[in-house]
Amino acid sequence: MQHDDVIWDIIGNQQFCSFKVKTKSQSFCRNEYNITGLCNRSSCPLANSQYATIREEKGQCFLYMKVIERAAFPSRMWEKVKLSKNYEKALEQIDENLIYWPRFLRHKCKQRFTKITQYLIRMRKLVLKRQRKLVPLSRKVERREKRKEEKALIAAQLDNAIEKELLERLKQGTYGDIYNFPIHAFDRALEQQDEESEEEEEDEEEEDDEDVGKREFVAEEEVEESDLSDFEDMNKLRTSSDEEEQDEEEDESSEEEELVEDEEDEQEMEVETKAKSKSKGKSPANGSAARKKRAYVEIEYEQETEPASKSRAT
Amino acid sequence: MDIVEVPVSQDDNGKKRKNKMPKKKKKKEESVSAEGAETKQEEKMEKGESAAAFPPTFSVSEIKNKQRRHVMFMKLKQEKRQQKMQLKKKKKKEREALGDKAPPKEVPKTIENQRVYDETTVDPDDEEVAFDEGTDEFSAYFNGLTNPKVLITTSDRPRGRTVRFCEQLATVIPNAHVYYRRGLALKRVIPQCVARNFTYLIVINEDRKVPNGLVLCHLPDGPTAHFKVSSVRLRKEMKRRGKDPTEHFPEVILNNFSTRLGHSIGRLLAALFPQEPQFVGRQVATFHNQRDFIFFRFHRYIFKNEKKVGIQELGPRFTLKLRSLQKGTFDSKFGEYEWVLKRHEMDACRRKFQL
Repeated sequence: MQHDDVIWDIIGNQQFCSFKVKTKSQSFCRNEYNITGLCNRSSCPLANSQYATIREEKGQCFLYMKVIERAAFPSRMWEKVKLSKNYEKALEQIDENLIYWPRFLRHKCKQRFTKITQYLIRMRKLVLKRQRKLVPLSRKVERREKRKEEKALIAAQLDNAIEKELLERLKQGTYGDIYNFPIHAFDRALEQQDEESEEEEEDEEEEDDEDVGKREFVAEEEVEESDLSDFEDMNKLRTSSDEEEQDEEEDESSEEEELVEDEEDEQEMEVETKAKSKSKGKSPANGSAARKKRAYVEIEYEQETEPASKSRAT
Repeated sequence: MDIVEVPVSQDDNGKKRKNKMPKKKKKKEESVSAEGAETKQEEKMEKGESAAAFPPTFSVSEIKNKQRRHVMFMKLKQEKRQQKMQLKKKKKKEREALGDKAPPKEVPKTIENQRVYDETTVDPDDEEVAFDEGTDEFSAYFNGLTNPKVLITTSDRPRGRTVRFCEQLATVIPNAHVYYRRGLALKRVIPQCVARNFTYLIVINEDRKVPNGLVLCHLPDGPTAHFKVSSVRLRKEMKRRGKDPTEHFPEVILNNFSTRLGHSIGRLLAALFPQEPQFVGRQVATFHNQRDFIFFRFHRYIFKNEKKVGIQELGPRFTLKLRSLQKGTFDSKFGEYEWVLKRHEMDACRRKFQL
């Protein structure tokens, strides 16, 4: 026989109920057929032989009913009624099924049904919004990647690579005329001159026989170096310590004017190399560089050249 | 029995032994003869030291006493080092002796040397590639028709570090705007961006208050690349950094993008910056690819002379690793993936790289 009171006395108050969860202020019932979720005399499905609940399965709501007549048949104890998807119709169904049942159960069933429909609606809405996808990180993999990255960083030698690339671009002239390093242009020009001179040498050897016996009037002049007119800009760049470079530049520019003439390029190269080799050490600025001792070379001019105007850079 | 006894009986003298051992060692090396009570010990020492002379019948690890074992091990190492140095010297002498006839120096094997040849490596004068690049989504940019306009945003609710990273990125990339995400869906954001003539959308994903992912989406239905971001250094964490970057357009350096995939990623990254760099600004943004990691750096350079350039790092730095490349704009469900990182296939070989 079903003695509800006795059952409640035992499980509710005195002894153990496996569905009961006690907290400081309240106790809850974990039984899946419980309608309110609280552990009460009127909400306990074990202590009430006439009981009804709403449960939801995959978005479908069902009304479960238990009557005392079926208390002896546990497998058939709960009667399951599928509720309509329409909210009002479902409420009517609940009313219809629980028509002579206690007010409490009817009310609570409807409440529960309302709550369930509301959360189902929210679930459907959320699915349409952005979903956050959790991607698991494998610790081993992360560790490995970190190490690989460190090794790759070391292998990359970034600073060197960047510097090299920038210098390449400078050489190729992508920067145009912004930087006053005329050396590059002259290097290239000189290389071209070299090639031409090689050709010319061959030509000259053939022509030497022709020139024998011809007379030319030649001016004898010392090699004069142009003074520093072009290097004010160089001084503005922070190259105060690069006087060696200045010297080289001076030498180069002194050759500049001579380049314009048709001369024997071999001698020019000699002058240049000697000058370069001599100007390795740091020399006091500007003026004295012009007076450095150089190998005296006779250079033939077809036209008279004027020495460059002597303007002292500050 | 003897073997057991010796360490026990001489444990008390352990420390003394240690001091005496170097001296004894020298003696023993000269005289190979075994002597009275300390025979076993000395033999062991001998064998341990002159591993070169005898084949070692025992190894250093069999000595139970930690101190002694350590000392023996150090000695072993020292000896090995000496032998190595001698070998090196000998080789060097031989090389010098031979002079010109010496065989060329052996190049050490590096991972870059041993890289498995990728058949998608781009040949500089490949016509097909040139044609493809002339007609892909970036052709408009590279022909100078469009100017880049970049929108930077984050995932939901970004934390301080990510926000600062976004701001700094916006200063580095010219014509970039940062907007807060505020829970908007990317699919809704994209048409709005297109309507306002943005060319690029960058979404920085955050995890545990640190940026860890980057989605780079080229806007008028361009490719979308998803990167993993690591080692982000903000500006204030840089050592010896310069002043803040100015508004000048920086130059772009792209290094080591060799395969087809690398090329497309390179173009994707290059199109972030305006076509005409302002050399006056002397700023350069570098994307350097090494072993599939793309390192981003932002420097200011100055040419000291024609052979030397000084660079000073400004700006944030981070590394990227490509996770996936998608054909259209960002669409995780129905997108057509051109390339996806498959760890089991691609990371199996240490010498095989994709970019």
